[in-house]
Order: sequence, then C-alpha cells, then structure tokens
Amino acid sequence: MSDQERTLTFHILRYNPQIKGDTPTMKRYEIKEAPGMTIFIALNEIREKHDTSIQFDFICRAGICGSCAMIINGQPDLACRTLTSKFPEGEIKLLPLPGFELIGDLSVNTGKFMRQMSERVESWIHDQNAENVDLCKLEERMDPDTADEIYELERCVECGCCVSACATKRMREGFLSAVGFMRLARYALDPRDKRSDEEFYEIMGDDDGVFGCMTLLGCQDYCPKDLPHQTQIAYLRRRMALVK
Amino acid sequence: MKVIYTDSLVIGGGLAGLRIAIASRQRGYDTIVLSLMPAKRSHSAAAQGGMQASLGASIKGEGDNEEVHFEDTVKGSDWGCDQDVARMFVNTAPKAIRQLTAWGVPWSRVRKGDRQVVINGKKVTITEKGEAHGLITSRDFGGTKKWRTCFTSDGTGHTMLYAMDNKAIELGIPVHERKEAIALIHEDGVCYGAVVRDLVTGELTAYVAKATTIATGGYGRLYAVTTNAVISEGIGTAIALETGVATLGNMEAVQFHPTAIVPVGILTTEGCRGDGGLLLDKEGYRFMPDYEPDKKELASRDVVSRRMTEHMRKGKGVSSRYGDHLWLDITLLGKEHINKNLREVKEICEYFLGIDPVKEYIPVRPTQHYSMGGVRTKATGESPNLKGLFSAGEAACWDMHGFNRLGGNSVAETVVAGMIVGEYVADHCASTTLNINTVLIEKFVRREENKIFKLLNREAGENPFELRKEMQDIMMDKVGIFRNGDDLAQAVEELKKLNQRAKNIALKNRISTSNPELVEAIRVPKMIKLAQCVAYGAMLRTESRGAHAREDFPERNDKDWLKRTLTTWNSEDADLPEVTYEELDIMKMEMPPGSRGYGVDNTVHHPDTEKRVAGIEEIKTAHPDADRFEMQELLNPIEIPEKFRGKNERTGRGFK
Ligand SMILES: Cc1cc2nc3c(=O)[nH]c(=O)nc-3n(C[C@H](O)[C@H](O)[C@H](O)COP(=O)(O)OP(=O)(O)OC[C@H]3O[C@@H](n4cnc5c(N)ncnc54)[C@H](O)[C@@H]3O)c2cc1C
Repeated sequence: MSDQERTLTFHILRYNPQIKGDTPTMKRYEIKEAPGMTIFIALNEIREKHDTSIQFDFICRAGICGSCAMIINGQPDLACRTLTSKFPEGEIKLLPLPGFELIGDLSVNTGKFMRQMSERVESWIHDQNAENVDLCKLEERMDPDTADEIYELERCVECGCCVSACATKRMREGFLSAVGFMRLARYALDPRDKRSDEEFYEIMGDDDGVFGCMTLLGCQDYCPKDLPHQTQIAYLRRRMALVK
Repeated sequence: MKVIYTDSLVIGGGLAGLRIAIASRQRGYDTIVLSLMPAKRSHSAAAQGGMQASLGASIKGEGDNEEVHFEDTVKGSDWGCDQDVARMFVNTAPKAIRQLTAWGVPWSRVRKGDRQVVINGKKVTITEKGEAHGLITSRDFGGTKKWRTCFTSDGTGHTMLYAMDNKAIELGIPVHERKEAIALIHEDGVCYGAVVRDLVTGELTAYVAKATTIATGGYGRLYAVTTNAVISEGIGTAIALETGVATLGNMEAVQFHPTAIVPVGILTTEGCRGDGGLLLDKEGYRFMPDYEPDKKELASRDVVSRRMTEHMRKGKGVSSRYGDHLWLDITLLGKEHINKNLREVKEICEYFLGIDPVKEYIPVRPTQHYSMGGVRTKATGESPNLKGLFSAGEAACWDMHGFNRLGGNSVAETVVAGMIVGEYVADHCASTTLNINTVLIEKFVRREENKIFKLLNREAGENPFELRKEMQDIMMDKVGIFRNGDDLAQAVEELKKLNQRAKNIALKNRISTSNPELVEAIRVPKMIKLAQCVAYGAMLRTESRGAHAREDFPERNDKDWLKRTLTTWNSEDADLPEVTYEELDIMKMEMPPGSRGYGVDNTVHHPDTEKRVAGIEEIKTAHPDADRFEMQELLNPIEIPEKFRGKNERTGRGFK
C-alpha cells in the first residue's frame, strides 16, 4: 500500500439501454486514490460523488460471489479484489463483460446465462433414489479424496470471465463454454450422479459442446479462481470421444 | 397494473429462501422466488467456516448429540433464545446436512488414521477411527463442546448454496432476479404478497400469494464497517416493520465477529481459530488465555470480541492509520493446511492486504457480522401478528440464537428453518384460499408509485448517500460492541432527525428505470427505521446479555430482562418504534438459566430459575428410566413436521 496520494483517471463505458436514444460513450472520472483502494471502493466513490447514475454490480466485495466481473484495462477480472495500485499509470479503463446481455454501463445479465447453462447441463445430482434417502440414517460414505476433488471443480463462482475470454464462444453463439464444461466435469466425477457417459454425450458431444472448443484457453488464462479448465476440457473430450 | 399470482412467494434467494421454495414446490404449490440478483450470488455463498450438526463422526466429535448441541446453543444465546425452537433446530440439523449430501454438497470427509492438528497452540496427533472413514468430518468452532462444525474445505456456504439453487433449478422453480420487494400488501391482519420493483425497468408489479416468506438475510449494512455483503441491508425486515402490524424481535441483538481484516472488514473465518490460529497483541503476546483461561480464542464470539476490545483499550493494540487492531496468527497451521482448508482466507489476505498468511500475521478487529434480530415468528415461522407472512434465515427472529449465535449455527439455521418452516408454508397454502380484492392491491401499488413519483420530482432535498453514511457512523460510534446509556440516547435522538430528513430526499438522476440513486433513496428511509429499532431497543435494555453489552449495566439481569424485545412501527409519521416485551417462561425451559462460564458470573437471577431447577430434578427422579429422548419429551415437548421426527443415527452408537 503506497501512502502517496495519486489521482486516478477512470474511463468508463456509459450506456443505458433503458433510455431511448442513448448511445454508448466513454466517460472520464478523476478521483484521489486512497491506500488499499479497490475498484469496488473507487466505483462507489464515483457514484456517490460524481455521477449517481452509474451502474455496476457488487455483492460480497470479497471475491467470493462472482458478481463484479468486468473488463479492466483489457482483461476480464473481478473488480472487487482488483487494487488500483496495480496500475502504475493510474489510468483505468472499464468495460462491461462481453458475451452477456447488457443491463447498463458495467452491469451485465450473467444470471440469465448461468441459469440457462445450468438447465442445459442439468446441473444437479441425477439419482432416482436421492429423494427417498432416509435422512435419519448415516449419510452415504465418500472417499475423502473424491470429496476434495469434486470441491476443486465446484469452486466456480459463475462470474463469466471464461465466457467473455472465449474465442469459440464469439464465433458460436450456442457454445457451452468453460463454465458449462466445468460443471459437467464436476458431476461426471461425482459418484452420486448416476448419469452414464452416453447421457453426458447427449449434452456435450457436439460442436456446441466439448468438440467445438478451439483450445485457445482464454478460460484458463482469466479464471479468477484458477480452475483447471484446460485439463478438464481435455479430459471430457477424451471421455466423450470414447462414447461413439 | 401488473399482477402475478402464486401460492408461495419467497422473497430472498439465499439458503433459507431457496429451501422454503423447494419445500412448497415439492408439496405441489406454485412457487416464485424473488432476488435482488442471481440466487447463487446471495450472501450465503460467503460462509466459509461451516455448518453445525451433531454427527459426531470425527474422533473429536465423539459423544456429540442433540443434547450437547442444544446446551451449546442455549448457553451461546445467553438464555435469550426460544428453547422450543433451539430444540427443533438441533434435532433436525443432522437430517438437514444429510439431505444436502444427497443433493450434492461435497462435504469434507473423515480420513481414517493419524492426522496432525493444532490445539491450544500445539501440534497434536489425533487418530480417526476406521469405522468413521468417509463420513462427514467436522472442525472446532467457538463456544462448542465438541468439534461439530461440518465444512467443505474452505467453501461451505458456496457449496451449500450451489447445491440448493441447483435443486431449485431441477424442480423448475422460477427465480425472478433483479427484483426488489419494497412493500407488503396486507389488510386486517392478513398478508397477501408484495409490491415489487424491477431494478432494471423500474416497473412495479404486485406479487399476490397465499403465503409470503421473508428470507432476505441480515441488516449488517446499518453499520459503516461490516463483514456483510453490500446487499445485506435489511430491506425485507423493514417492509415487515412498515406494515405496522408485524413485529420485529430483539433488533438490538447484533453480533460482532472477532476477526475481520482491517480496514475493509472482510471476514476471516472462525475456522482460523477453530483450526488452531491465535490472537496476538502488539507485543506478539497471546492474550486470550489471560481473560478466558478455559476456552481462550474459542470462547463465544461476543466474548472474544469484547476481550479484544478491552485489550486494545489497555493500549495493547497495534496502531495503524485505520485505528488499532490486533493480529490473527495462522502461520502455525502450516502451508498445506492453509492452502486447502483456509484458501479463501489466503486469497483475501493476498488480494486485499498484500500479505501471505502462511508467513505473516493478519491485522484483524471485531466487526459487525450477524443480525440475531429480525421478523418475529412463531415456531412455525409465521408472524404471530400477520397471517400468511412467514420468515426464515437471518431475516427472521425464529429465535434460536437469542442474544448471540454460535458460529456455524447460522447456515445450519437457514436450511433447518427452510425445511421446517417450508412445511408450514405448504400447510398454509393447502388450507387457505386466496381471497383478495383488486382494489386493495391497487391501493398498495399506487402508494408505492406515489412515493417514487415524489422522489423523482422533488427539486431539492437530502442526498440519500449522505443520510446513509451518517446513519452508519452513528451506529458504529454509539451502538457498537460496548454500549452505554448516554451514547445510546444520543444515537436515538440523532437517528430521529435522520428519519425526518429522510422524508425529504431529492435526486440528481431523475429517471424511473435502472437508477442506483433511486434504489438508494427507496432503501435509506427503511434502513434508518431499522437502525432506530436497534438503537432504541439497546437503550431501553438496561442489562448485558450475549452480544448486547452495556458498560453501565454489566450484569445479565434475568429478574427484569429475561424477555424478548418486540418493535412495531405504528404510523408513517412516527419517529420512534413502539417497543413491547415478550416474557420468556422459565417454567417451560428445558435448560433453566445458568452461567455461560465466561469471566465472573454476576447474573441477577429470576425467582423462577430455582423453582424450575427443582422441578426438573423432580421430573428426573420420577422417571429414573427415561432415556434422553423421553426426558426431552417430558421437559421440552416440541412439534416437528412428521417427516423430520425420527432419531438420528451416528457411527459407533446407532440410534441411541
Ligand atoms: C462473511 C460471512 C461469513 C459467514 N460464515 C458463516 C459460517 O461459516 N457459518 C455459518 O453458520 N454462518 C456464517 N455466516 C452467516 C450466514 O452466512 C448467513 O447468516 C446466512 O447465509 C444467511 O442466509 P439467508 O438465506 O438468510 O440470507 P442471504 O443468503 O443473505 O440471502 C438473502 C436473499 O434475499 C434477497 N433479498 C434481499 N432483500 C430483498 C428484497 N427487498 N427483495 C427481494 N429479494 C431480496 C437477496 O437477493 C438474497 O437472495 C457468515 C456470514 C458472513 C457475512
């Protein structure tokens, strides 16, 4: 944390589709940097002191909930945990995350996308007996390593960085994207999910699925949770290639 | 006017709301969930530490059961909780966790054999039994006799919320995102749903339902520094208050967590201390054993927070430009453990402090964390005053936490209450027909429209961001960890003025669609009312109980204060809430008031306490052969929905 006060210059894309005739423009804001300042703190200051209409999404402001992904100086990342001190020039350019419906300014509709993704990959345990489990009895045992491995794949926060950084997705509207593959890999690993490989193939065995990936791996580069996208996509591909 | 009809309207898509929605959907009722944003981003996701359930699979949990969990919970609450509800809760928690297991939560599991842990600052080897291998494991947390807190590595809340939301998606439950409930629709003591504002288009819609559940989380953002998410603003609680009919319970009961990082207030989980982390002062001295020789760093949260504050007041804090703080030392836990079980903490330290907790101490300070108070409900989750209005989770005062909740008991409450209250919500849907006049709906929608119209058309007035800041500072300075009559009286007066000023908000950005300033302007007056409930309740309560610590009344006073504070807001023109009290009946308590075992016990006892203790002895003598289940039935008979009544199995002891 530097104690010297600098002036930060923010360039922010402003556009409110709710206002008829509004057009996207870049606007400039100057604020004084404070020690330990994050983009979360800076944007709130801009809203409170300079422009009350500016839209953005933060919830946990601790890098946990995945709400605040945006393009920060050209790269997708979580704004809440990005310190302004990271930018020596003091110039910070913010754009909304591409690949999602724009709500306004820096706010995008990841929720709609993620819900559709979850429905498409059927993001839940498939087990006909799950509802008949006797809750009084000991839970089904699980190997401790398996539990840890599942958790490693479940750490995704649905922030959308992978989607925005995906070259394939840009060319194929219906492409499932890394977030969907990670979810599938998570369930494919889970012994509680009784889906067969054939059933998983139905979901991802085409060019909108795992075979469409051009392996440019923007997902791997920009995942704020450092999830193993590359390995998992490769693994799913091999597994799916064996199906037919 | 747009109207949407449903059976079960659930306001809030966190753990509690989703679980209620699942219950009513599974019973066949049309269900809609409202949320400010995607459900998976709810604050429940931030719980890192764990969920309490007395499974007793880990060797350090051996001997745990509902009784021990009950005792810890009641003691933790400083006898302020509702013991029926605490009972319903502890008996159902093992089932809740097992259900979540079936729904996909990858709980960390017991691994048989030796493992190294840190207890009381020392490395110790414990040996897990072969028969427990693969069952859900648990860690130590503050204020618990056994290691009872079940967890998923460092992401318990995240995995619970994902499993819950995924289940809701499987069931096809619609979640209407970016919608904010801004008023409840009600008449003659019956709630009919809510007026809801679309945060993108600004459109108002009436959601009309047989049952309306408030599951909107806590009100941490009444304070300037809090561990809570920026949306934990208590709006759901406030709209219940604004009915003038529903009551709020124990709003002054606000918990401060010992270890949030300085200055931003992001939490480092209690798991840090549960796993062996220590608190150190500016000399690197471990001070907690001097204050609490028995539980040390793992005393109940309220106690640790006060001890830390006391110690800093003695000049032992580390000074910084953000005021004094203390150190949390987890270096002794080792890199491997931190990387796996405390990774979220490590990330937070790296990103927000630029330090590596494997090698460096973490600057921490007690910070607002949890709202014990909320919408007062009966054990069924329904408001005692407003039929058809239910509440669950942090938003509710179902009241299993009394004046201090134990770590790990909150996410557990959300799912347990979700299960139990969810059944009562479904029962309510079954037994009610919706009978509402559209004139009534229209009246409520018009009222909100008018308010918004005024906000958008006032030429000059107060700045909502300023008002919020002033409120937050008052709460921080005068309604904090230690409280006293003078400060509280000042806070009450100052908040009254803010409340007046909040009637005169004017906006710079005067559009009715997506407009963060308008959102703020709608919320701030509601938040100020809640702050008034907290401050006023705290001023009137002239005793110390749990997290409510009065310097001028340091003793717990059961004789005069074994009662729950109830607040209502009787009219729009009022500038203070109406406060009444609800006695807690000692003669019905399974566990009559006693000492929590921290510091000196200076409790002023209630005459009934002795009577009840003697009465319980008599019952025990009269039933020498009663097992623990029969004894509970005699001392604290409770109603739980049929499907959750069975005894819970544990490894090594079956259903005993
Ligand atoms: C940092 C942190 C760590 C924690 N760790 C633990 C832990 O380890 N163990 C533990 O037991 N507890 C922990 N807690 C507490 C626990 O996480 C919360 O009490 C619990 O998750 C609250 O869940 P909920 O479902 O009641 O509310 P939330 O998860 O807060 O959800 C509230 C929901 O209501 C919606 N909402 C709010 N207002 C409105 C409105 N007006 N209209 C429509 N929707 C609305 C929101 O969109 C959201 O979906 C922690 C808390 C914090 C702050």
